[in-house]
Amino acid sequence: MTYQFTVSPDFGPSHIAGWQIFNTWMQQQLSESIHFEIYNSFEEQRQAILDDSIDLIYANPYDAATLVRDKGFTAIARPSNKSVEAIIAVNSESDFKSVEDLKPGIKLASTDSPDVHMMGMIMLEPANLKAENVELTKCGSYVLVAKQLLRGTCDAGFFLEEAYHDLSPMVRNQMHTLVSSEIQIIQHVLLVGPALANRKDDIIKAIVSMNDDPKARGVLESLGIASTEIMEQEDIEFMIDLMDALVD
Amino acid sequence: MEDMKYEDVNGDSKESRLKYHDGSERTVLVTDIEIPYPEGRLIVSSTDQNGVMTHVNKSFVEMSGFTKEELIGQPHCILRHPDMPPAAFKDLWDKVQAGERWQGYVKNLRKDGAYYWVYATVIANIRDGKVKGYTSVRRKPSRKKIQECIELYPTLF
Repeated sequence: MTYQFTVSPDFGPSHIAGWQIFNTWMQQQLSESIHFEIYNSFEEQRQAILDDSIDLIYANPYDAATLVRDKGFTAIARPSNKSVEAIIAVNSESDFKSVEDLKPGIKLASTDSPDVHMMGMIMLEPANLKAENVELTKCGSYVLVAKQLLRGTCDAGFFLEEAYHDLSPMVRNQMHTLVSSEIQIIQHVLLVGPALANRKDDIIKAIVSMNDDPKARGVLESLGIASTEIMEQEDIEFMIDLMDALVD
Repeated sequence: MEDMKYEDVNGDSKESRLKYHDGSERTVLVTDIEIPYPEGRLIVSSTDQNGVMTHVNKSFVEMSGFTKEELIGQPHCILRHPDMPPAAFKDLWDKVQAGERWQGYVKNLRKDGAYYWVYATVIANIRDGKVKGYTSVRRKPSRKKIQECIELYPTLF
């Protein structure tokens, strides 16, 4: 049987090669055939989850509830000291100096990344902004979000913090950060599905050994992960509760 | 819970006697000092089924003015400000005990007598079909909503 591994679509092309190596490494550790599938959008990936096509996933926190509570996935690991954080930025020449300067009717650029969009909308609440009183432009990448701001076609944009700092200095210097989240508790998570659950202990062993194996650590570093920590099921349940509390 | 102490309080304070749902009472000391909600943060805490705190995040500790050790094991109502109408908390408990989420604007009391406004969401932590405890996540409220609460809450006593 060939199992299927995938990662949250919010990882850019620079990380895909690393995940491919991760998958090869995991196959060697488990002596199992695992196919690495990349989905172009969250919508496509969600359909695959609903179709029970996924067996191992480095999931977006937003999708963890469906995976764990509806599809019987269990927690394996999360990156140590690495959380999903969002930034709201504007064109540096704009008059917006704080979130409260943004008014109903503003044009907002965002991506289909559900966690970053949710965090961005939460950070707009102090300005009495919500989905109903902003004009949303969905962009295919954070580079395109930045372009909307630089061209002046949008007033504010939501960025994954990591992606914002990956933008070229020339682009970043033309923008101004209104607010950065410091939520710290929302993370991507490695989850295993029911079909591969009988190998859970071996997967955990393999993940733990990554922190001590120089080659495997190199794989993690290429993914922007310094080290991993094993998650108890209650850890993931707690994060899902937090996400539930945040999603209106 | 112990009464608040004057030596913990910063600035001129007023004394108030609070009665809690379990019949216990506590003297609190409140000042007019508002602490602004920290930008971009979430304040998170969890309690057991009886409202006793089991988890608090760093932002919670910083905003409350207590240490983590002082908070864990204490009832969540240690943060209750006398300006908050008891009806708001009754509504909260009625909703979360029924498995529904509660959302509302809350004025919280700090250890030093100052206060801070939050927009809170409280949900039940359900494990194996049973309520194991409750989690509250607070975010920054808008000044417009705070102003509405400042006018509304005194009418609910």
